[in-house]
Amino acid sequence: MGRITLDKVSKAFGDVEVIPPLDLTIEDGEFVVFVGPSGCGKSTLLRLIAGLEDVSGGEIRINGQDATQTPPAKRGLAMVFQSYALYPHMSVRKNIAFPMRMASMPKDEQDRRIEAAAKALNLTDYLDRRPGQLSGGQRQRVAIGRAIVREPDAFLFDEPLSNLDAALRVGMRLEISELHKRLTTTMVYVTHDQVEAMTMADKIVVLQAGRIEQVGSPMELYRTPRNVFVAGFIGSPKMNLLTGLEAEKHSATTIGIRPEHIAISSDSGTWKGTVGVSEHLGSDTFFHVTVEGFHDPLTVRASGEVALYYGDTIYLTPDLTHLHRFDAQGLRIA
Amino acid sequence: MATKHSRASARIMISPAVILLLGWMLIPLSMTLYFSFLRYNLLMPGMEEFTGLTNYKYFLTDPAFFAALTNTILLVCGVLLVTVIGGVFLALLLDQPFFGQGIVRILVIAPFFVMPTVSALVWKNMFMNPVNGLFAHLFKFFGLEPFDFLAQAPLASIIGIVSWQWLPFATLILLTAFQSLDQEQLEASEMDGAPWIKRFWFIMLPHLSRAITVVILIQTIFLLSVFAEILVTTNGGPGTASTNLTYLIYMQSLLQFDVGGGSAGGVVAIILANIVAIFLMRMIGKNLDA
Amino acid sequence: MARSVSTNRKLVTTFFAWAVGLAIFFPILWTILTSFKTEAQAIADPPIFFNFHWTLENYVTVQERSNYFRHFWNSVVLSGGSTLLGLIIAIPAAWSMAFVPSRRTKDILMWMLSTKMLPPVGVLVPMYLIFRNLGLLDTQIGLVIVLTLINLPIIVWMLYTYFKEIPGEILEAARMDGATLRSEILYVLTPMAIPGIASTVLLNIILAWNEAFWTLNLTAAKAAPLTAFIASYSSPEGLFYAKLSAASTMAIAPILIMGWFSQKQLVRGLTFGAVK
Repeated sequence: MGRITLDKVSKAFGDVEVIPPLDLTIEDGEFVVFVGPSGCGKSTLLRLIAGLEDVSGGEIRINGQDATQTPPAKRGLAMVFQSYALYPHMSVRKNIAFPMRMASMPKDEQDRRIEAAAKALNLTDYLDRRPGQLSGGQRQRVAIGRAIVREPDAFLFDEPLSNLDAALRVGMRLEISELHKRLTTTMVYVTHDQVEAMTMADKIVVLQAGRIEQVGSPMELYRTPRNVFVAGFIGSPKMNLLTGLEAEKHSATTIGIRPEHIAISSDSGTWKGTVGVSEHLGSDTFFHVTVEGFHDPLTVRASGEVALYYGDTIYLTPDLTHLHRFDAQGLRIA
Repeated sequence: MATKHSRASARIMISPAVILLLGWMLIPLSMTLYFSFLRYNLLMPGMEEFTGLTNYKYFLTDPAFFAALTNTILLVCGVLLVTVIGGVFLALLLDQPFFGQGIVRILVIAPFFVMPTVSALVWKNMFMNPVNGLFAHLFKFFGLEPFDFLAQAPLASIIGIVSWQWLPFATLILLTAFQSLDQEQLEASEMDGAPWIKRFWFIMLPHLSRAITVVILIQTIFLLSVFAEILVTTNGGPGTASTNLTYLIYMQSLLQFDVGGGSAGGVVAIILANIVAIFLMRMIGKNLDA
Repeated sequence: MARSVSTNRKLVTTFFAWAVGLAIFFPILWTILTSFKTEAQAIADPPIFFNFHWTLENYVTVQERSNYFRHFWNSVVLSGGSTLLGLIIAIPAAWSMAFVPSRRTKDILMWMLSTKMLPPVGVLVPMYLIFRNLGLLDTQIGLVIVLTLINLPIIVWMLYTYFKEIPGEILEAARMDGATLRSEILYVLTPMAIPGIASTVLLNIILAWNEAFWTLNLTAAKAAPLTAFIASYSSPEGLFYAKLSAASTMAIAPILIMGWFSQKQLVRGLTFGAVK
């Protein structure tokens, strides 16, 4: 069981309110990702849940019980830190055993769980090494191992992949997702990378300046972003956002159209533009197109390889069924 | 970044140290202050009476006080000067590549391990003794009259002995600082055509400023209360030629059993030390933050 | 990149460095050599360097006459005891300052350091009287307390600088893992800070071993450590160079040997954690 409820939780450091009162429910077994630009309060929120920081107001309930004043160790949560926070003076085995040793678990039970965790995480050969002798990915797995042996109600991940290189990050992303499928334990995951959020989450919480901008499944956020911020933040490459005359045509202050919802033609279309830099990814090609009268160049996706070059003139047509419209407050117009 | 709980435990955890040091500071200090206003001699128990500022008047007008004050300043400044300048040059030398660096470093550090009473005795007897000391032998070898260091230049001799003890410390800190100097910075300045002396003056010395601050701070703390070296070598003499404040107050209180007078001296010493401390704290406050 | 230096230059540096090193070390070397001479050889002119008749007689005499081992034991108890006591008080304090800093942390640290500025002589009289009235004069326990207090600011300061290098996340991880504050300090912080603690311990043993104000003024015979043992040689035995040298060698040898064996930690410690 791992149901976490935040009820009007707020946090202030001195006079600075980093998180205004906020409500959120994390259901048992859910993989929830907190995503937002750096400094948006997502890590602070995680630390509040962990109990490493005091809330300034509101209540945190874990499995229905008020845990606001409960010390971190007694909340039944395990955390994986950005720096992994392994104990450098202990072997991998001792690192993984530490939480069980603190709980005075019987020795044979400890060994059984260590073996199981090591097997699941491919660490069996490294159990007697020190963290300093491991690669980044292995350290990450030790940190996860240390978390799973406690069989916690929920896992908290604080940007766990940001210290890994790009290739490893993709691998670990899959491993963590798989772990979640296997354990079906609640996971709360903090990242600034919306790709991680989209690929891993059951539920994404988009945060900005301590406020929740939107909560929803990845596809909900993709299809119906509630406001301009979410629209611009979720999706890669970013949604094209247009203001001014073009938006007024659709009776909105801002309109948004994703790169994948713009059709390219060489002879006719809504907008006429000039091809700028193009990025070839093989499966897709992204063009940056300068359209007269638009402030920023548009990003447009084409499938596979397209024979368009720098300086070519092309015509673009947005798919109006996928057009997002926002009002003066930046909120979505239904 | 912490919880109420951890802040509460932090307060509990720091309190033994704070309470002990507070007690260590306040209890004897207030007693010293109290005694300083009394006529109180251990040889005449039961005769204590309040005398106001008399003890201070006697202590401050005693010519020995002025001599001791001068000697204290000379001693501290003299040793600082020798150790900082000597330390910079030694560190510069030891930072160069040469054979047997480890051993030489051990040799240079060694005096720091020697307790003050030992170094004072060894220097006094085996080196500075006008008859049998090594220096006397050396002078005679060159056909010179042996020089009685501790009788004729007592303060300078003590400065020499104390400098020998503290030179390793200064060298070591400055050497460590040298080693953290960014070599690329030096190479860049070499590329820019700066001659060695300019590189030393504009790059190395500024880099050392923090280390020099540390040397001055820590040494001053210890040098203000040099005691054993004087006790063992000159007993403050001849006359008051090598008496510093510490030694003067020691004589007054424990040799003449004049608790009142000694306490008044103690208060004066504390006030003077505080002046130095404020000055030093400003200096490190500025230098250690960066 | 270390630059390659011409062998010639290296040889010149080697010569100067060794010359300076030996000059600084010479008084100690001379003391050790003299301790193995007879009294006559000790004051011989011209001085004898190596070709004398080595004897252990002086050591025997010194032990017989002034009971070296008792003073040695007192020194061990005083320096070891005060360092241990200091650590027990300072580790929690340094933990607080390094990991739960507040606005006052810096002020407290500076204040602690400033108690070091208090000239000992300023409180000599009251300390003497307090010790006399409590029956602590010339006792080991009394001196252990005094030495702990005078070195406490340095221990706290040094541990603080070492602890600050340890990432707070690791301690938070321990907290999440269910460690109590005691386990956090005992099983995570302390083992991680071992090199720093070792440096602190070494420096403090040296400072306590060589402390010569309180040990001289608050002891007479029973609890007198080696500083006082040596001071008793100031006259007239000081003129017996060989015996003085033997006594001196015995007083400084333990620290010299310890210092040489733990050079790396010591060098770190000698910089009081202030210079990296």
